[in-house]
Amino acid sequence: MRRQVLFEVARTFLAITLALLLGFIITCLVSSEPVYAFRTFILGPFTSVLRFSSFIETVIPLIFTGLAVSMVFQASQFNIGAEGQFFLGGVAATMVGVALNLPPVIHALVALAGGAVAGGLGGYIPGVLKARWGTSELVSSLMLNYVFFRLGIYVINYHFRDPVAGAMVSHPLRQTSWLQQFLPPTRLHWGVLVAAMAVLFSFLFLYRTRWGYALRMTGLNRSFAGYSGINTASVIIYAQVVGGALAGLGGASELLGIHRRFLWQTMPGYGFDGIIIAILARNNPLLVPVAALFLGYLRTGADIMARMTDITSEMVMVIQAIMILLITAQAFLGHIKHRMVVREAKEHAKLN
Amino acid sequence: MQNLISVILSASFGYAVLRVTTPILFAALGAVVSDRAGVINIGLEGMMLTSAFTGVVVSALTGSAWLGLMAGVLAATGLALIMGYFSLKLKADIILAGIALNLLASGGTVFLLYVVAKDKGISSSLASKVMPQWQLPLIKELPVLGRILSNHNVITYIALVSALAVYYFLYRTPLGLRVRAVGENPHAAESVGVSVHRLQFIALAISGALAGFGGAHLSMGYVSWFSRDMTAGRGFIGLAAAALGGRTPFGALVASLFFGFADALSNYLQSLRIPSEFVQMIPYLATVVGLAIHARGRAKRRDGRVA
Repeated sequence: MRRQVLFEVARTFLAITLALLLGFIITCLVSSEPVYAFRTFILGPFTSVLRFSSFIETVIPLIFTGLAVSMVFQASQFNIGAEGQFFLGGVAATMVGVALNLPPVIHALVALAGGAVAGGLGGYIPGVLKARWGTSELVSSLMLNYVFFRLGIYVINYHFRDPVAGAMVSHPLRQTSWLQQFLPPTRLHWGVLVAAMAVLFSFLFLYRTRWGYALRMTGLNRSFAGYSGINTASVIIYAQVVGGALAGLGGASELLGIHRRFLWQTMPGYGFDGIIIAILARNNPLLVPVAALFLGYLRTGADIMARMTDITSEMVMVIQAIMILLITAQAFLGHIKHRMVVREAKEHAKLN
Repeated sequence: MQNLISVILSASFGYAVLRVTTPILFAALGAVVSDRAGVINIGLEGMMLTSAFTGVVVSALTGSAWLGLMAGVLAATGLALIMGYFSLKLKADIILAGIALNLLASGGTVFLLYVVAKDKGISSSLASKVMPQWQLPLIKELPVLGRILSNHNVITYIALVSALAVYYFLYRTPLGLRVRAVGENPHAAESVGVSVHRLQFIALAISGALAGFGGAHLSMGYVSWFSRDMTAGRGFIGLAAAALGGRTPFGALVASLFFGFADALSNYLQSLRIPSEFVQMIPYLATVVGLAIHARGRAKRRDGRVA
């Protein structure tokens, strides 16, 4: 068992290495200064305090959607809806932040809670449709992304839009609702703490409560879990609701901590990033921050490279795509794993 | 309101609906073919985008729109085969493989656009070609219908013919029958000697080619340039239209027209300063509701049989 975990780690590293190698080859083909470009990409995030902190800022929303997707994946349910739930969380936080007048801290907490509730509701719909009637949560969560997006844009543009601002943005949030940035000149904000608590919560929920146990059992084998007396329909619903709440919390944290007014006119893409992170972290909440750090690091490095050299930041998307393909391809190095399992089984047989 | 109704009933509105339906219909037909073979093609979006980009570049290089179209379709088909290789041969989850391919296409096209056009947003510095528009003989003489149906881009007519072709393929050819058998029950199909993987590969390739036509329409018909992420979710809308249309070619055609209608209507509403968000939302909501009703009916039938 232990050896198989090590094998998975090694496989992941090999996939990452191959993807980066491919990235380097592409760089060599199109850049006039490939070595400099690639060095900027790899070392860039560590070359100044501001760059390093922008790297950490990038990671915060990724942790939330990574957790959201992992939570639902653990129940063997699909989740493409984190995108819309994250967006909805941001809309709800904006509504609370602009419309309500509350004392500091409490205002921020209410705005975060509003984001979580909105995201949770966004997860409830695909959850309940799947649990009741077996409607594909893949298609329904995908469609709901567009519904939530239009709904959010309508709410912001017709009810919270700042007519003075030159662009389509909401009124600024009241200062009382902000998640303070605690380390100027960086934009590091208390969303870091919220993210850390979300990681801890997800871990405890999944591995230390009976709900989490039921969720994981349902994910491993829904029929078996059902025969053992677990109400798998309710598990599917609360997995989607908790996942949605985590995504919504992420959207709220991003607005309250960084933007301070609603400015998304397209979907920001964190939901799909969450899927990449869940894959890298094998749906384990404790590994989600590690995977999010890695992805955030690649993103920041790519942005710096794009500014300093003749390579565009989109190269990193190609690298990510290759990573996902290699990691999810079970047959990649599959023969080695197969041999390992056989050997282990034989040793086991000898012992008994 | 009077104003709105007269807009909807005008010939130019009908023309606009057909125009915006074209790429959605291709995606929907692609989704029908792959769904029927039991493989969900989430990568339609990326395949369309790749084709839109390839079409622009190749037509600019060769000076021929038709060569651009062919290259776009081939590129999209190639991407579908890569997806098939990873999911069928290397056992990657097909949905995750599709998401990876969408990412690859979205990033890869912008990356290459910068290489060939030194611009990250739009290909306007490339002298790319557009596919011709066709006047339909006889039909163009008809009073209102002529203005709706005639003078469209060639690719729009290819789309309508493709709906027929996909129908013929799925229901009137032995290969189509096998494709449906594989999707219905792969084990049963395998037990009578049908190669499941081979047929799923074929279905994915057809699905990719259809997506390729849809992508080429965007950059060589709908507009005359490539811009980043210009598919704007149409591949996913195609999946929705296929689901709403009950995974049949003609159902997909009707559902695509419905999506196209909502899309065209929202464009008009925006010019009339009416909130268009709700109109744009309707097709997606309809898909969710339609799927739920469909699944509910199935669940009831199943329970009924048990009892």
